[in-house]
Amino acid sequence: MSGQSQRLNVVPTVTMLGVMKARLVGATRGHALLKKKSDALTIQFRQILKKIVSTKESMGDIMKASSFALTEAKYVAGDNIKHVVLENVRTASLKVRSRQENVAGVKLPKFEYFTEGETKNDLTGLARGGQQIQLCRGAYVKAIEVLVELASLQTSFLTLDEAIKTTNRRVNALENVVKPRLENTISYIKGELDELEREDFFRLKKIQGYKKREIERQLAAAKQFAEEKVAEKVSLKRGASITAAHNMLAAAAQKDEDIIF
Amino acid sequence: MANKAQIPTKSSALIAMIADEDTVTGFLLAGVGNVDLRRKTNYLIVDSKTTVKQIEDAFKEFTTKEDIAIVLISQYVANMIRFLVDSYNKPVPAILEIPSKDHPYDPTHDSVLSRVRYLFNTESVASGRR
Repeated sequence: MSGQSQRLNVVPTVTMLGVMKARLVGATRGHALLKKKSDALTIQFRQILKKIVSTKESMGDIMKASSFALTEAKYVAGDNIKHVVLENVRTASLKVRSRQENVAGVKLPKFEYFTEGETKNDLTGLARGGQQIQLCRGAYVKAIEVLVELASLQTSFLTLDEAIKTTNRRVNALENVVKPRLENTISYIKGELDELEREDFFRLKKIQGYKKREIERQLAAAKQFAEEKVAEKVSLKRGASITAAHNMLAAAAQKDEDIIF
Repeated sequence: MANKAQIPTKSSALIAMIADEDTVTGFLLAGVGNVDLRRKTNYLIVDSKTTVKQIEDAFKEFTTKEDIAIVLISQYVANMIRFLVDSYNKPVPAILEIPSKDHPYDPTHDSVLSRVRYLFNTESVASGRR
């Protein structure tokens, strides 16, 4: 995965930046939580692994003991007890109850066995070897006990294995895909926004310069105009005074008493 | 986790068996045997006359039945239908391979234990055992 070139297709605005930042925070928190979950599951998983190994070992011994007990029973009660046993099967008196155990949101099955009703084989071996048969029965019940425990361990093992895989997949997806993508998007939006700002600044500068030049031009024009006006006025005045001088004198001679000359 | 297997929480479930006669006899003595209304048993006795087809059918039936929580299968029987046992990956019912009297238990063949071993290799708890 390239990672660097990947980003979400968004419009680079301040609002989107806020949204992306919120999403990044969410992704980070989710990643941290999932990581914790994965760790918790792994701890449980390792415990179960250890238990499975030890239980498998003890299963071998128990099965050997129960097989031996059956052989003893056969020896004492005769080989035909198996036919009696096979014929006497009606309904199961030894059953399994399953319940769920919750480990970090993963439901693990737990089996436990229980006996229900009285056993039908009570009269088996009444003639001879009854005690051996009861011993053998006890041995096999013990074997069932271990096997049921092993079954629940094994089921938990499979379920946890699957759950850990899924969680790790999610953790990795968040870490390697979602977060880089969001970060890339954020840096892209920031870059775009900076770019826009620079563009804006440059435009403002440009406009300012233009305005300045315009004002200067106008000032210059105004100055020139004023100068022209003054010159005109002067010339006008001069012209006027030349003509008016005669009038003035003529007029003064008529009525102005202040003029002395 | 779209295909997550549902774990049924039932108050009572059965233990099914596919094993040789002696092992089945012992467990029946303990009282796990059940015969339903159609005279179907929850166990299959494997002897020299039992065909692989019969074992396969029984295995498929036991693993799809609702009221069975655990399937006990003798290891030498499991070896006959190894492909079925290995391809089975549902949590419930749990498949347990048990040693039988006249076939010594070989832990390298157990599908679950081999996975355990594989995962454990780094920790070297199980590696030095056998």
